[in-house]
Amino acid sequence: MKRFLGFVRKEFIHIFRDYRTLVILFGIPATQIIIFGYVVSNDLKSAGIAILDQSRDEITVAVSSAITASGFFHIAAEPRSEAEIDAVFRKGDIKAVIIFGNGFGKRLLTEGVADVAIIADGSEPNVANLVNGYTTAIINGYLTGLMQNGPGVKMPVVPEVKMLYNPELRSHFMFVPGVITLILILVCALMTSVTITREKESGTMEVLLVSPLRPVQIILGKVAPYFILSFVNVIVILLLSYFVFRLPVKGSMVLLLAECMLYILMGLSLGIFISTTVATMQQAIFISFLGLLLPSLLLSGFIFPIEYMPGIYDYISFILPPRWFVVIIKSIMIKGSGLGDIWRETLFILAATILFIGLSIRKFKNRLE
Amino acid sequence: MRTLLYLLRKEFSQIVRNRLIVRAIFILPLLQMLVLVPAVTFEIKDVRITISDGDLSQSSRQIASMLDGSEFFTVTGYAASANEAAASMSKGECDVIVSFLPGFEKNIITGTGSVMQVTVNAINAVSAQLTWAYINAIIRDYSMAMADEAQVVAGQTFSPPVKISTRYWYNSSLDYKYYMLPGVLVILVTAIGFLLSGLNMVREKETGTIEQMNVTPVRKYQFIMSKMIPFLIIGLIELSLGLIIGRIAFGIPFEGSLFTMFLGATLFLAGLLGLALFISSFSDTQQQYMFIAFFFTMIFILMSGIFTPAESMPAWAQNLNIANPVAHLMKINRMVMLKGSDISDITPELKALTVIALLFTLLAVLSYRKRA
Repeated sequence: MKRFLGFVRKEFIHIFRDYRTLVILFGIPATQIIIFGYVVSNDLKSAGIAILDQSRDEITVAVSSAITASGFFHIAAEPRSEAEIDAVFRKGDIKAVIIFGNGFGKRLLTEGVADVAIIADGSEPNVANLVNGYTTAIINGYLTGLMQNGPGVKMPVVPEVKMLYNPELRSHFMFVPGVITLILILVCALMTSVTITREKESGTMEVLLVSPLRPVQIILGKVAPYFILSFVNVIVILLLSYFVFRLPVKGSMVLLLAECMLYILMGLSLGIFISTTVATMQQAIFISFLGLLLPSLLLSGFIFPIEYMPGIYDYISFILPPRWFVVIIKSIMIKGSGLGDIWRETLFILAATILFIGLSIRKFKNRLE
Repeated sequence: MRTLLYLLRKEFSQIVRNRLIVRAIFILPLLQMLVLVPAVTFEIKDVRITISDGDLSQSSRQIASMLDGSEFFTVTGYAASANEAAASMSKGECDVIVSFLPGFEKNIITGTGSVMQVTVNAINAVSAQLTWAYINAIIRDYSMAMADEAQVVAGQTFSPPVKISTRYWYNSSLDYKYYMLPGVLVILVTAIGFLLSGLNMVREKETGTIEQMNVTPVRKYQFIMSKMIPFLIIGLIELSLGLIIGRIAFGIPFEGSLFTMFLGATLFLAGLLGLALFISSFSDTQQQYMFIAFFFTMIFILMSGIFTPAESMPAWAQNLNIANPVAHLMKINRMVMLKGSDISDITPELKALTVIALLFTLLAVLSYRKRA
């Protein structure tokens, strides 16, 4: 035990000596959370559109101004004919064109029907969907108001909606937990994967191997200091998300912290495991960064919900701990769930941790023989 | 020139020697593209609904089966009480609760208008909005049909006055692969270029081999060029492979000219590698560089409009984004690939990339000191 503590002390000294890395280590997650919480969002705000009004009557002018007054759109181009639309899209300033046909108002008043065409830029499907939904709602809303004077019909069924957990529909609720999940696994895996390969590359690993420390002790000794550092990181991040983004913690704080500990332990053991399979720091960095960045970004349900992915991805993302942690952290913070609701997800992360630690220890023994 | 060629030969043989890195550069990204590009869709489908039916009438059952019958929703459970419904939502067993209060049908018949309560899990604001819009549309159809029935009796018909038709250009079926491939490709090229070049430079520092370079008559700009050109070429190869995969595996069209795209990509890589080398002159160890690179790549990527619309960011962030090379390449890639934009359409982006490339390359040359 005394030997082990001595080893941990050595590790701490190594870490604190390199104060630059330490500053980066604490600075980065905090800055990133703030930037992403404030900047990244999926909402539609002031998207550029164009209105091609071939009618220019009282009604089309009023509908157009209702669209621009909504705050979701601004007019970014003014094509004069349908032939110019392609050129406008190719410049990339607008997301959609709304076209009112000739004699729109007259037809609406005399015949009671009229056509509107929306052409949306499909190269960004999400935005296209949202633009289409919003403009349709605005146009319908305006014209329904106009038609109230005519023969009004009362709807027999009126649906009423309650947006649970996030009544203001803020995208923070998606992005802050997602960024926490992403940053923690990357930072943890990068830290430990580099620290062991560093010993290998500089040759000091041999010294450790011939010391009376057992493989388990070496691995735990490497993990322990980073575990404490990462835990401080977690606390900083949670404080930020609470005070800056008003993200609630509805569930138990103790449970949340315990789950975070488990998750960083998983990240650190993953890093250790990576380090046992590579020879140089460069390789370790490449594998952990390139291998983890995109899968954790895309398959964790952080930006794109897993439910909407083709069935097979439900299984592929199954092996990715970030997927489970996103669920855990959202459930505890936003829904106020207890362990009873998330034990399955917790079990998966626990299993991944044990697997990574087990594999690392085995690999380590092999090297000794 | 000859000096530069020798230096380039040295760099290339060093890169190729490292088998694992070569594999990581090419196989890892291509594998990820194949797996990740088709993953993402935002098509609402099979959203799970729990029905809490306090009315148990013909109308409420009819609405429930209409929802279940639509391709967007599946009714996964019936709750006996409001509490039970709330519990299933909190456990994550359903995404939407539709509740009918007692007297639901009676109010329809008497014509006072009946309220149907819809509770949506709104943690993901975008999918909550879409879900609600679809439910609303289904109920509107139901209501219209009912109203029509009532009015036919009275000798009138009711139909919406304005017909809105929507078309999607450049990707008429809103296939997400068209959207993801350029994005994922840009991320991979960015991460690889940024990591490789910077780590390579810092490694020379860490192992001390840079001292040997410093005492040779190699000029500063030659040295920096020799650290940029190999990775620029690797980046362009990566891009070509990605485009080939897009064409062969996913059938994504390429509308514009390859020259325009590679011009944009070359300017982009020059800027990115310049920045990487500039940062590496402030880092003593690979670990330090790695964390700084991590910081920049994450910010570049998430602010670039790859997955979220760049227009939704606050004005100050959009202004900052002018210095973000990834945002420009992202726009260029999508515009050239899908819309067939030509050089005159993307002039602002190309200009910005040129300035970034010149600035960072210059900084990289200036910050490299031939003294220890």
